[in-house]
Amino acid sequence: MKLKFTFWKLVFLALMAAGFYATVVRFTQGLGRSTNLSDQFPWGIWIGFDVLCGVMLAAGGFTLTAAVHIFNIKRLRPIVRPTILTAFLGYVLVCVALMYDLGRPYRIWHPLIMRNPHSVMFEVAYCVMLYTAVLSLEFSPIVLEHFNLQKPLKIIRGVLVPLVIGGVILSTLHQSSLGTLYLIMPEKLHPFWYSPLLPVFFFISAIAVGLAMTIFESSMSSRHFGQQLELPILQELGRVLVVVLSVYGILRFEDLLHRGVLKLMFQPGYEMYLFWLEISLSLILPLLLLAQRKVRMSAGGLYLAAVLVVLGFITNRLNVSITGLESAAGLHYIPKWTEVAVTGAIIAAGFALFGLAVKYLPIFPAEKQPAVVEVEAGAATPVLSHAGD
Amino acid sequence: MSKALLYDSTMCIGCKQCEQACAGQNKLRYDEAVAAEQQQSEHKYTVVLTKGDRFMRRLCMNCEDPACASVCPVGALRKTAAGPVTYDADRCMGCRYCMVACPFGVPKYEWSKILPKVQKCTMCPDRVATGQPTACAEICPTGATKFGDRDALILEAQQRIRDNPGQYVNHIYGLTEVGGTSVLLLSGVAFEEFGYRTDISKDPLPVLTYRVLSRIPDFVPLGGMLLGGVWWITHRREEVAAAEGHGSAHGTPDQKERKP
Repeated sequence: MKLKFTFWKLVFLALMAAGFYATVVRFTQGLGRSTNLSDQFPWGIWIGFDVLCGVMLAAGGFTLTAAVHIFNIKRLRPIVRPTILTAFLGYVLVCVALMYDLGRPYRIWHPLIMRNPHSVMFEVAYCVMLYTAVLSLEFSPIVLEHFNLQKPLKIIRGVLVPLVIGGVILSTLHQSSLGTLYLIMPEKLHPFWYSPLLPVFFFISAIAVGLAMTIFESSMSSRHFGQQLELPILQELGRVLVVVLSVYGILRFEDLLHRGVLKLMFQPGYEMYLFWLEISLSLILPLLLLAQRKVRMSAGGLYLAAVLVVLGFITNRLNVSITGLESAAGLHYIPKWTEVAVTGAIIAAGFALFGLAVKYLPIFPAEKQPAVVEVEAGAATPVLSHAGD
Repeated sequence: MSKALLYDSTMCIGCKQCEQACAGQNKLRYDEAVAAEQQQSEHKYTVVLTKGDRFMRRLCMNCEDPACASVCPVGALRKTAAGPVTYDADRCMGCRYCMVACPFGVPKYEWSKILPKVQKCTMCPDRVATGQPTACAEICPTGATKFGDRDALILEAQQRIRDNPGQYVNHIYGLTEVGGTSVLLLSGVAFEEFGYRTDISKDPLPVLTYRVLSRIPDFVPLGGMLLGGVWWITHRREEVAAAEGHGSAHGTPDQKERKP
């Protein structure tokens, strides 16, 4: 155990050191020296992975808060806090990544006062900003509880429901809008990925990834922080995940059919291979796995399916933002080491902050017995350990 | 009345004086090395492409309904009524969405600078505002690049094609591409030979995103109502269940019967 801890600490330090050096290169030498971006290919992994995937991976926040606070599914309550923590860290890190990608990061506030309501980017900027604020408020009870500050805690609890509703609306808007960003380039984006339904696809897949990430995190947390694995909850999430993936799959293939793209699916080529990689990871394999009751009911099976879904939709976002634009640009984009180092450091920071928060803040239920029992005992009994979520 | 440029490649002699005048107007370096460059870049807004004795200019098309201006979150790029698509560097935060969105790949970035700007031809907005032609049109010795009212230039281009049908491809590039542009091109060879795509949309691109964006004002109150309603129903149900549970434990049979 101790050896493992030291190993991960070393990995973390190595990633942070590389990230620090890359940061120095980025801000002293400019984007040209620190990236493989060009006039032909102006957006790379800092947008494709750090922003698009970062926002997508944080979707558990709005999915779970909606399920628990709006749809009143109390069984899911014990995992609300870890997902809010992930979402909050996710959005903060997305903002950090944007500071690297923007040519003039010190002007990141410009959309606040220089408005262009016709711009999808403007809308995304506003939603991400407001939602980060909502997430910090949703996260605040955890910190306030830790320091036993009752007065502000009471205020937050009072406005929690409108706050959650606002958060869900903001998330719906910008999760889908990240897809809308690409609607402006019908001539550039490969037909596998250019679709008028892009906003719908981005939104539905964000829900799927939100659920998958919640399963993934719960499993990881149970392994590394010794937290109780809430198997019945994960099974429930797994069932919902099957439904969401099926809806997404049907829409995705109907869209390909209507746009006459199905024939391209069997013409070997760069785009075809990455399309099938995406579809296999995001749809075929997880649905095959989850269709079997034995897998759906086991912690290991759910974990595997969740990991596949997450990897599959990461592939999807990278396909939309990178693969699908390469042939129009007439080049293959491969990120420079500095780009990879910054992304690696951001991911490492995310894991480290998550670990620290779990260690020092009441993220997971303090009681040894699972909260599920408590809920089953009586619906009207408030779940004390989580009254402030 | 909106202004435009008509470039007739059959009249062009490839002297590149337009390139030089453009560089002078925009205070860009211009020497033999730059003159030899065959692509638009952050230090070369317009280029005369050369293939044997055929020439073709490339410059910002200054679209009628430009994708770049529609996507810019801070309104740094704007379409002016006179025709030019202008750029305000003081607003730009460097998101580069304009570069990704432009169907012609026109906006270029100062990748080597610490504080970079977007660079592109802006159709000499200061000159056009005072009724002068653009620098490139003014210098052109053969009239291949002509400045004027867009409507008049379209009529003239149509007339030229009618008068010499064998000399031209029967197509005015920019008349309908992406909803029309303020730069109109005539050519003796297929436009694709010089990298102009003829398969691009005839509709303005900003419609594609605005169709989605314009629904947001309706979506926000509707979504709020819907979610608020769901919250009310689920929690009311719980209250009722709690009250009924309470009633059955302590209430009389009489009270219970009164409930529907």
